[in-house]
Amino acid sequence: MPETYDVIVIGGGAVGCMVARFLSRYRLSILLIEKEADIGMGASSANSAIIHAGYDPLPGTLKAKMNVAANLMWDTLAGELNIPFERRGDYVVAIGPKELPKLELLLEQGRRNGVPGMHIISAEEMRHREPNINPDVSGALWAPTGGICDPFAISIAAAENAVQNGVRILLETAFEDFIMDGKRIVGIKTNRGDFGCRWAVNAAGLYADVVMHKAGVRPEFKITPRRGEYCILDRAEITVNNVLFPVPSDISKGILVTATLHGNTIVGPNAQDIEDKEDRAVTYDGLGELWDGAHKLVPSLSPRHVIAVFAGLRASGNAPCETPGVDYNHDFIIEIPREVQGLVNLGGIESPGLTSAPAIALRVIELLKEAGEKLEEKPDWQPIRPPRPRFRDLPHEEQKRLIALDPRYGRIVCRCEMVTEGEIVAEIHAPIPARTYDAIKRRTWLGTGRCLGSFDMPRVVDILAQELGVSPLAITKKGPGSEFLVRPTKQVEG
Amino acid sequence: MALKDKYDVVIIGSGPGGLAAAISAKKYGAEDVLIIERDVELGGILLQCIHNGFGVEIFKEDLPGPSYAQRFINEAMLLKVEALLDTMVLDITPQRRIFASSKINGFVDIQARAIVLAMGCRERTRAQVRLPGTRPAGVYTAGTAQRWVNVEGYMPGKRFVILGSGDIGMIMARRLTFEGAKVERVLEVMPYLTGLTRNYVQCLLDYDIPLQLQHTVKRILGHQRVEAIEAVRVNEKWEPIPGTEEIIPCDTLLLSVGLIPENELSKKAGVQLDALTGGPVVDNNFETSVPGIFAAGNVVHVYDLVDWVTEAGLAAGKSAARFALAERRREIRHIPLLAGHNVRYVVPHELDKQTLMEEEVRLQFRVKQPVEEPVWVEVHSENNLITRKSERYVRPGEMVTIVLTPRHYEEVERATSLTVSIVER
Ligand SMILES: Cc1cc2nc3c(=O)[nH]c(=O)nc-3n(C[C@H](O)[C@H](O)[C@H](O)COP(=O)(O)OP(=O)(O)OC[C@H]3O[C@@H](n4cnc5c(N)ncnc54)[C@H](O)[C@@H]3O)c2cc1C
Ligand SMILES: Cc1cc2nc3c(=O)[nH]c(=O)nc-3n(C[C@H](O)[C@H](O)[C@H](O)COP(=O)(O)OP(=O)(O)OC[C@H]3O[C@@H](n4cnc5c(N)ncnc54)[C@H](O)[C@@H]3O)c2cc1C
Repeated sequence: MPETYDVIVIGGGAVGCMVARFLSRYRLSILLIEKEADIGMGASSANSAIIHAGYDPLPGTLKAKMNVAANLMWDTLAGELNIPFERRGDYVVAIGPKELPKLELLLEQGRRNGVPGMHIISAEEMRHREPNINPDVSGALWAPTGGICDPFAISIAAAENAVQNGVRILLETAFEDFIMDGKRIVGIKTNRGDFGCRWAVNAAGLYADVVMHKAGVRPEFKITPRRGEYCILDRAEITVNNVLFPVPSDISKGILVTATLHGNTIVGPNAQDIEDKEDRAVTYDGLGELWDGAHKLVPSLSPRHVIAVFAGLRASGNAPCETPGVDYNHDFIIEIPREVQGLVNLGGIESPGLTSAPAIALRVIELLKEAGEKLEEKPDWQPIRPPRPRFRDLPHEEQKRLIALDPRYGRIVCRCEMVTEGEIVAEIHAPIPARTYDAIKRRTWLGTGRCLGSFDMPRVVDILAQELGVSPLAITKKGPGSEFLVRPTKQVEG
Repeated sequence: MALKDKYDVVIIGSGPGGLAAAISAKKYGAEDVLIIERDVELGGILLQCIHNGFGVEIFKEDLPGPSYAQRFINEAMLLKVEALLDTMVLDITPQRRIFASSKINGFVDIQARAIVLAMGCRERTRAQVRLPGTRPAGVYTAGTAQRWVNVEGYMPGKRFVILGSGDIGMIMARRLTFEGAKVERVLEVMPYLTGLTRNYVQCLLDYDIPLQLQHTVKRILGHQRVEAIEAVRVNEKWEPIPGTEEIIPCDTLLLSVGLIPENELSKKAGVQLDALTGGPVVDNNFETSVPGIFAAGNVVHVYDLVDWVTEAGLAAGKSAARFALAERRREIRHIPLLAGHNVRYVVPHELDKQTLMEEEVRLQFRVKQPVEEPVWVEVHSENNLITRKSERYVRPGEMVTIVLTPRHYEEVERATSLTVSIVER
């Protein structure tokens, strides 16, 4: 008899983690499995980090509904989970007279979706609000409810809060197949053995098609990875303080130029359909494309300012929108399919998926209730994830107090982002232990500054080895096979 | 070690530049000299440079880096230079207040009469960040690899490709070969060597490590760990020439693409930087644009010989000592004017005692509370009444003045502060 849960969530991205977090409010035993060495290593950690206002999706689609509903949730959610989030608003910037009419269309679309507060501003006003903007700007659409967030923090915070409320998380655990009893899902097979369940939630991102096909659901549904590449610019060299979108094309929102919460500027993404769901390589040509896009909005940006490049894969699906009369073939899937029992099926969760994750989680709860699941609230549910100290954000007096309390906060390990040993150790022993270099990086932003970890890397490897009680040779960047070191030097051996 | 609140000269960084500055500051009369170093040992980057090539100019000897550093560490210790190790300076104000933080020393907040910036340089990573391809483990700067091999005792790979013909990369090529690793290739995007010819001969040629000029890395391959890189020939504009690609299997890519002065702190102190060198603009005394803040070594510009870093440190230390001693003299001459009973404040805030030898000094202030009857306005030193006058009343709305004259000089000369107060009669 395998370990059995009420609900098993497959996939620990923003969507899976939010589902687990919102479900943890009820008397349910819940397991979340993630195939990688940490949660949030998929699309949820390689995106534009924008909490979209909701004017972009076509009215009537699930994307539009989820986006607008979720946008409203973000202030409370970010507060409860301690996710860095700022509602800075965003702009769609028209360059030259030809693009101007498109702003009206977007404005109208936004109004139909229920996005509050949008209006069109003049070219002059835009130049005033963003001095770096292309002088050929002809006007801009202003959406005050747009926001930016720390994308890494979303999955981590939600998962951590879920764990606080009794959810179990297993990393390096890959879903392989369902265990069926006739048409009913009774469990799953993984590389770590079988687990029983009454409900399985498919939140597998790029692999959601594979997972649903194992249950015989939507055989025609296919996810095509669509790569988006990015450059991060050095905040010491240039800063753009706003979120700037170009006028969108038919297939994507285009290459944007946006502020991050850390004061850096990012440029991207482009959009390229590829075959391999693991191919996050950045391409030579792709980077060239980014600069054309960036210069359209902010001509003064230069490749010389780049401090990092990365790529994310959109889980682009082919599900038709179910609202009658809406002709759209890339909608989210959020359903309990009729073909089988016990599956909550999510698919095609591409942008605005990060924004929508909490609304998707609420919709999952609704669907479960509709399916007759009696969800009983736990009286002791704790919605607040306690924050951990961030040395660099504290005034000197508080830094002093923190060091007096725990001297490990006095040792700076990452010189660019000012991350201390205390913070690293805290993450290694957090509810979801950070056991790799990249896991620590996503939680503290260490190694993301201009020296790219060349200073902190040996030190972090040391701290990880010490805290985990293993040899530095066992420490990895992002899971098995990514060890930093290969053997001791001869002197040490001898 | 008990930390003082105030030091004559504080030096940030303990590489050859910082050590020389400390020694010279002491020799030129600074009394309290403190080095703050973020690493756990003194010596700076020299500690991981275990190869020879240091000291030929100064000692006429060819020393390994740690031995070169040790000579200066010994001298600094003999001269009773104080040092805070494992302590990182976070902030410097233009008024020379220093904030640092440490696991062993806690939060440090001290005032310096003069500061020498000697933070050295860091490796450039620009090329790394624009490298297309995947982002696996196994891409390191040559200096990070050097630290792992020479300080921590670990090999970061078995098969290496090195991008950039800088000195650290070439020295590491030899070091890694000694350790039994295979260095497949050194690639250099420029049409010429960027490091010293000496290193090319002694580190690459002698070990049959091929150097390819006008070549770069087009792509990194491998998901978890580097599995190969794609090398490509470039034209004069550094653009890849199609058809010249070659896949080189390896597990590690080292980057040795230059050094850049480390000036995050200098910026916080408001020091003016030179866009070309990346370091502070300095005068011949190595003073920066902020009075009392000096800079020496690779923090100013990247030297090719450590001996010259030492020379620069000696000069900066001397200038810093001079500045600090002048500050001390100024401090001894200046005493604070304090607000005593029923006085809100006194202007001027400080008194330059020497002025009193020749001239009168007018002290002006306002009271806190009105007193509608005759009072004394008194000026006291710690022990004595210096002078007093009477007023028929005092009111907050009306400024009060009391004058010190050369007659008071002798008493004032002995004082370390003066207090102005209202005394009811
Ligand atoms: C370039 C780009 C830009 C974007 N910009 C934005 C934006 O600005 N705003 C916005 O709202 N959205 C944006 N998005 C969309 C957003 O990032 C995604 O919609 C969201 O992160 C999806 O979350 P997820 O949990 O569904 O997927 P993921 O984060 O990919 O998580 C799925 C998880 O499932 C795991 N998994 C897969 N198969 C298995 C298995 N067999 N067993 C166990 N685990 C498995 C994966 O390892 C992964 O961790 C962007 C996306 C991209 C790619
Ligand atoms: C990896 C590497 C290898 C090198 N190899 C050679 C070589 O083989 N031969 C050669 O001639 N030159 C070499 N150099 C150049 C070398 O830096 C100089 O020759 C010389 O060491 C410079 O001396 P310095 O005192 O200016 O700086 P460093 O020796 O770099 O000393 C600077 C010190 O300041 C400390 N510091 C920096 N910021 C702070 C802060 N905020 N708070 C506290 N302490 C701080 C650092 O920890 C460091 O100890 C190398 C440089 C690097 C980066």
